[in-house]
Amino acid sequence: MSTTTPAAAASPAPPPSPAPAPRWRTQLEEALLPPLVAVLAAMVVGDLLILSVGQSPADVYGMLLTGTWGNAYGFGQVLFKATTLIFTGLSVALALRAGLFNVGAEGQLAAGGFAAALAGWLLPAGTPWLLAVPLCIVAAGVGGGVVGVVPGVLRARFGAHEVIVTIMLNFIVLALLNYVVSAHLHVPETLHTPDIGGGVIPRFGGPFTGSAANASLFVALLAAGLVWWYLFRTRRGYELRAVGLQPDAAEYAGVRVGGVWVRAMAVSGVLAGLGGINYVLGYKHYYEEGFAGGAGFLGIAVALVGRNDPVGIVLAALFFATLSQGGLAINAVVPKQMVEVMQGVVILAVAVSVPEVRRLLRQQRRAA
Amino acid sequence: MSQDSVHSTPSAAGAAAVRMAGIDKAFGPVRANRGATLEVGAGEIHALVGENGAGKSTLMRILSGMFTPDAGTVEVNGRDVTGWSTAQAIAAGVGMVHQHFMLVPTLSVAENVVLGTEPRRGLVLDRERARREVRALSERTGLRVDVDRAVSRLSVGEAQRVEILKALFRGARVLVLDEPTAVLSPPEVVELWNVLRGLRGEGATVVLITHRLDEVMEVSDHITVMRAGTTVGRMRTAETTPAGIARAMVGRDVALAAALTGEAAPPPRPPVAGGAPALEVRDLVVGAPGRPRAVDGISFQLMPGEILGIAGVEGNGQTELIEAIAGLEPAASGAIVLNGADVTARTVRERGEAGLSHVPEDRQRRGLMMDYSVADNLVLGQQHRFAKGMALDRARIAANADAQVRAYDVRPADPSLPARALSGGNQQKVVVAREMMRDFSVLLAAQPTRGVDVGAVEQIHDRIRAARDAGKAVLLVSAELNEVLALADRVAVMYAGRFAAVLPRAQATEEVLGPYMTGAHSEEAA
Amino acid sequence: MTVVIVFLLQTIRIAVPYLFAASGGMVAERAGVVSLTLEGFMLTGAFTATLGAYYSGSPWIGLLCGVAGGLVMGLLHAIASIRYGADQIVVGIAINLLVVGLTRFFLHLAFDSSSNSPRVAGFGGEGTSTGLGALAANPLVWMGLLLVPAMAWLVYRTPFGLRVRAVGEHPLAAASVGVPVARVRYVAVALSGMLAALGGVYLALDQHQFTDQMTAGRGFIALAAVIFGRWDPVRAALACLFFAAAETLQIQLQAFEIVPSQFVSIIPYVLTIVALAGVVGRSVPPAALGKPAE
Repeated sequence: MSTTTPAAAASPAPPPSPAPAPRWRTQLEEALLPPLVAVLAAMVVGDLLILSVGQSPADVYGMLLTGTWGNAYGFGQVLFKATTLIFTGLSVALALRAGLFNVGAEGQLAAGGFAAALAGWLLPAGTPWLLAVPLCIVAAGVGGGVVGVVPGVLRARFGAHEVIVTIMLNFIVLALLNYVVSAHLHVPETLHTPDIGGGVIPRFGGPFTGSAANASLFVALLAAGLVWWYLFRTRRGYELRAVGLQPDAAEYAGVRVGGVWVRAMAVSGVLAGLGGINYVLGYKHYYEEGFAGGAGFLGIAVALVGRNDPVGIVLAALFFATLSQGGLAINAVVPKQMVEVMQGVVILAVAVSVPEVRRLLRQQRRAA
Repeated sequence: MSQDSVHSTPSAAGAAAVRMAGIDKAFGPVRANRGATLEVGAGEIHALVGENGAGKSTLMRILSGMFTPDAGTVEVNGRDVTGWSTAQAIAAGVGMVHQHFMLVPTLSVAENVVLGTEPRRGLVLDRERARREVRALSERTGLRVDVDRAVSRLSVGEAQRVEILKALFRGARVLVLDEPTAVLSPPEVVELWNVLRGLRGEGATVVLITHRLDEVMEVSDHITVMRAGTTVGRMRTAETTPAGIARAMVGRDVALAAALTGEAAPPPRPPVAGGAPALEVRDLVVGAPGRPRAVDGISFQLMPGEILGIAGVEGNGQTELIEAIAGLEPAASGAIVLNGADVTARTVRERGEAGLSHVPEDRQRRGLMMDYSVADNLVLGQQHRFAKGMALDRARIAANADAQVRAYDVRPADPSLPARALSGGNQQKVVVAREMMRDFSVLLAAQPTRGVDVGAVEQIHDRIRAARDAGKAVLLVSAELNEVLALADRVAVMYAGRFAAVLPRAQATEEVLGPYMTGAHSEEAA
Repeated sequence: MTVVIVFLLQTIRIAVPYLFAASGGMVAERAGVVSLTLEGFMLTGAFTATLGAYYSGSPWIGLLCGVAGGLVMGLLHAIASIRYGADQIVVGIAINLLVVGLTRFFLHLAFDSSSNSPRVAGFGGEGTSTGLGALAANPLVWMGLLLVPAMAWLVYRTPFGLRVRAVGEHPLAAASVGVPVARVRYVAVALSGMLAALGGVYLALDQHQFTDQMTAGRGFIALAAVIFGRWDPVRAALACLFFAAAETLQIQLQAFEIVPSQFVSIIPYVLTIVALAGVVGRSVPPAALGKPAE
């Protein structure tokens, strides 16, 4: 690679860079194809399951749609389920943008919900609504953030892999919450904490009456907007994404990688913890064991399908919420667990098709 | 290509163990081999020499089956084996010892040697036989190593012996060693020569890739010289001199080009007398994995308005030196003083604010965020200067990008493109533009024109000279001796973590520097 | 004296599924493939074993069906992770979710229940007695205990084991001497599917039925044992026994309420984090763990 030989000097100029149009197209294809493939794969598997119980796939999918987007109650339930998923999806995505895999959203969500319930319970009766709600929301964030920052510190300080640590922390957090609630805080004869005295987030009225949908949805959408702004418009976000993409270059740019890891896991935990307000402040008004119900793990699916982009996450959360609510709508003819299988297939297919689509597109480009 | 060297006629009789002819191999636009030939007689030690990037390793990887040639033929022991696989090469007795070891650190020496061809007793791995056979081979060849020790606990020299044992255990009769001495201490080198001579005594053939002429003279029987991807000479060691080999290695073309760039440049300026150094490094020691003293106690001063060029074969501590000054590697001991302030314990960002600018040697790993836009890359490392409160100031980033893209003629002139979409030369322009944008007094320029097209080379060289003329201090590291000679006011030669020589530009010619680069000479650093 | 014997028997009874799953996790991770799937493999094994035992009436057929189920899931993991180079952590989570859904769906379909299967045949004595006889009559107990030396032998004494260790640490070096990296990993992951499934088989046949999510996180305790045992078959087995002993202690002490049971139940998880953080002797994973080969 001698750069000064006359032969090299005589060589033609480097080939022109690709025109912008195909670049955008490939980027779009790389982003959209995997979720599409995944949804298709899930529908194929769904078809098989539906056929196995002797029903018609078209009818069942029709029922699924009318039971969710076809009436106000069903749609309200979809919005309610999507709200938690937006929070956990943002949580997983933010950590992934920093190159960390937060499998602990489930525990962080539970901790956030518990903290919100505790704050709401401790608040003196008659605390003004305008003070109580923000306090409880902050409590949820802090609860999740405290759990989230632990794996960040362990990774930055000791190199402990965050995947294992967050999995183990899920079990630890859930066991400790179980202890606190069952030994000290439960309402007799039940497995939940006392009702919150203040900090109730209002439910949607009008056509949505009866569904659990509540104003937490707006907090979730606000959070999505803020995460987008943070990631793509702030210096910290610029540095966080740099750490996730190329830690060596981030280090060169004067970014302290360990510090970013700690911060990203803390914020990720806060986001997952905020998810707790939807159920605790907006719906039941108490903390109950198992309320997270896998929404933390589903957050991984949401982030993955939403390609770690806040807009994509909102859409993916709606998709997964539709599936889980749709399960109830079809339960009369097909066991509702069909949708759990479909969720698993979606994640698996996205995981497989992301590298595969990239490879195929590259091959195609080379052949072109 | 000129062929001004003495040619010994390859023996026409079938005594050749390896015969490669007309080998072409391109990687994208880079033509690593073009019409390269090689003939190695059976039972000899054959040196394959040439500068970095001359195509030696590529040619040997073709021989060992890792690459398939685009054109040409490969014969081993008279049989046409063109385009064979690694497994076939191993089966036919061609073994390669790579520069980067292919050893599993957690396994023992014996396990590493037998991996893939394990001796078995029924279903079971016959560990006793493995240990016995490896130990016997080790004793017979003089490649002394404890067969039960985990490879992770071996010295580099011992690990290399394991690599050679691996090849021999698989019955290698043609052994290719890629720069084997780069990682060895002098006594280990002597031992290696004895081992290779012993193998030759048993009838094995050895091909030694190297660019150290003292080694070539000491151990080889024949020499093949490569330059710019092709074979430019073949000679009998006994009939040539280091000067003759060096002439063939460097060749007229390159000397001519150096002269051209040298003339185009303004004459080097005499160092500024007196005044305070912009950068002072004192007794700096920096470690690297497996090399606790990759930088082994270097001291120097860099004055404002001066370019100090560091020449030398890559891997002699240049990378670690630059990264330590930049704050990316911790200094084991010693001090780094920037404009009179000790910055040894300072962060990367603090050093930048104290007047340091850094064009890193690997732009795709360190220097650029490959998926960020050109505009965003033009503020990398200075992102806090382009922020309004928490938010990035997109308007200023865009204005800055437009200005820099125009000033440096980055093509295509679209700052929204990701850095990945740019050619190497345009990527490097982005890095240089950004680092020149800083308010700096010291510039670290590591391999500033590597993989860059000629037009961009000139532009980058002009920018570096302009910085010097504006009173900045420049520390230049380049594996291209021509580049050092074209830019530097003073030339240091780095060898084995130390400055083997520091010379004014006027005294630094290729003939003078060569022996320092190969470790043949050394003097206390000035 | 009898207290000690009861304690030991109970410990072994709890440890057997951990031993199976941890052996599987150990071999897959030693080959460089992340094993978050143990939970899913176990649940699969428990379910397919129940199906087999129910329809055939024989626990042995059940056992074979359990192994076959684990093999299928193992191959799914292997194809996604090795052939397609998918992120192994995501694949693991997906398979775990998928298995929960599949077992629930087919539990409905086969037995029209959302909670449990009907009673199926098991090994040895009736009921869930902790007696020595019942334990000794269960061939799975013996298989689980014999698995420990067998895995140590496989990993350290056979050519396959040597290759597993090599491809998990430095796949490029293994490939350079002709070791078929992908094939070794396929075999290791398929083996992990079958072994972990045996843990589930044991649970189902021991309780004579399948219940929804009956593995209840045991796959993750097994993974914790692998990490705490530093990816060594014998040390991982000792970790399994230790975790099982802690559980036994908790069960035995429950009546006295000395320590809240939740505090005992988190011992494996806390110890694993401590081991990973290197506070007492660092657990260092295989170097190529989670990285698809080029």
